[in-house]
Amino acid sequence: MPDKDVAVIGVGQSAFVRGYPGGIRELCFEAYREAMQDAGISSKEIKALIVCCAPEYDKQRSPSSLIDEYLGLNPAPTFMVESLCSSSTTGFAIAYSFIKSGLYDVVCVLGFQKMSEITSQDVQERMGRGADVMWESPYGTSMPAYYAMYAQAHFANFGTQPEDLALVRVKASTYGQLNEKAVYRKKVTFEQVMESGFVSSPLKVMDCCANADGSSCVILASADRAKELSKKPVWVMGVGQSNAPMNLASREHMRGLECARIAGEKAYAMAGVGPQDIDVAEVHDCFTIAEILAYEALGFAKPGEGPSLIRDKQTYLEGKIPVNVDGGLLSKGHPIGATGGSQLRTIVLQLRGEAGAIQVPNAEIGLVHNIGGVGIYGNVIILGR
Amino acid sequence: MGFEKFGRKSFTAVTKVGEYVDKLESGEVYTTHCPKCNKTYFPPRMDCPGCLSGSLEWVKVPDTGKLVTFTNVKYAPTGFEGDLPYLLAVVDFGGFRMFGRLSDSMQGMDIKVGMTVKPVVVNYENGQIAHEFVAAE
Ligand SMILES: [Zn+2]
Repeated sequence: MPDKDVAVIGVGQSAFVRGYPGGIRELCFEAYREAMQDAGISSKEIKALIVCCAPEYDKQRSPSSLIDEYLGLNPAPTFMVESLCSSSTTGFAIAYSFIKSGLYDVVCVLGFQKMSEITSQDVQERMGRGADVMWESPYGTSMPAYYAMYAQAHFANFGTQPEDLALVRVKASTYGQLNEKAVYRKKVTFEQVMESGFVSSPLKVMDCCANADGSSCVILASADRAKELSKKPVWVMGVGQSNAPMNLASREHMRGLECARIAGEKAYAMAGVGPQDIDVAEVHDCFTIAEILAYEALGFAKPGEGPSLIRDKQTYLEGKIPVNVDGGLLSKGHPIGATGGSQLRTIVLQLRGEAGAIQVPNAEIGLVHNIGGVGIYGNVIILGR
Repeated sequence: MGFEKFGRKSFTAVTKVGEYVDKLESGEVYTTHCPKCNKTYFPPRMDCPGCLSGSLEWVKVPDTGKLVTFTNVKYAPTGFEGDLPYLLAVVDFGGFRMFGRLSDSMQGMDIKVGMTVKPVVVNYENGQIAHEFVAAE
């Protein structure tokens, strides 16, 4: 049984789309509206707003204040949190501690990104600078290139094959077709992935998730407030965080992501559970290799044995540990600041038994693994009902 | 000043390890070492988090290292399109690792993780300068 100190009482997400036809304030309102309707509360209950996003994608400086105003939350305090692609689970960890400390009793975590205002190449340039800007970026780095180096190392150390990566994308598309909020809903065949061109070897076009515009919203409350306000609270069992050196050269090995492994260990320890207790998981599959690394970091597979999980379909809905049965980032798209909140929403819906066609029967404990940059920031959250 | 010359396109101008570029200009690849902690750092730095010293010493990077991983980049971020394709890599020198490109001369070669490479200086046509690695065997 989870400690019933802090609960999630509402979740929401905008559709993740290529070009959102509105401004960032309006994009944020989409997720906020859904989360508030889900929680069934009024804005006066929200005591603080944590806005999560990566800067440099839009002109607005200090967006948290603008969003606090547009959501009608003044005079509730607000600020922005950034940890690249894991910004909204970092915001979630702060919201948890705010509530646990007693400083605020109901906190709204709002993640967003509107990436469509700049070109895909410019997105890669900004993402590439989410690394050591002095010693790495001058060589022309990008997110696919970094994850490609992890893939190449996994190939060399463990004999992982391009075909294993392709199987991850095929699984993602199996479920992405069912997710009406996903940016990519087409079926993807094994052959299509294998025949797609290289972005950065060994990663191909279809090994990569798409940029997207989107927002997510998670509302947390203290136990007392959750009991008053919510009929279906989902409890926070574990929060684990870790950070790895930004520069790849400063890391001890390239066999997997240490920030994820350590964050997972911390989250399991806090929750008092292990990998075998997880009924459903959302992992950060920005690239196909990243999902395989996640299996290993979280203990779903031994180091080097991640590929066998996907070969045996153990991470499908019917498998031993269903992973990313909402289509993952590979299908949903990856609006940086909104991604973690979207993963949390999927797990909350699963634990409430409201996940529809992708429901894992009788799911009681769920896990979110959200990574910022290429294994720089690691956040693992465990939720239970 | 001087660090704006580092790499294909530098995002940094001023640093306490600007001497790195001077060393490259003399044809050599150096990094820094803390004698007190007996630890070699890459990227080079003047501050040691182990003993809080603020003046580490320059040491020459060994003649050869082992390739830890690499990728052949086919889609470049803004500003690097003209270099495509190019190879990025991590190289282990025993005690520290370096990030950089593999030489364009290695395009088309059968590149293997674990192979021996050596650090060299590359001068770009526009006056920029960097370290990179080339196959030693
Ligand atoms: Zn020292």
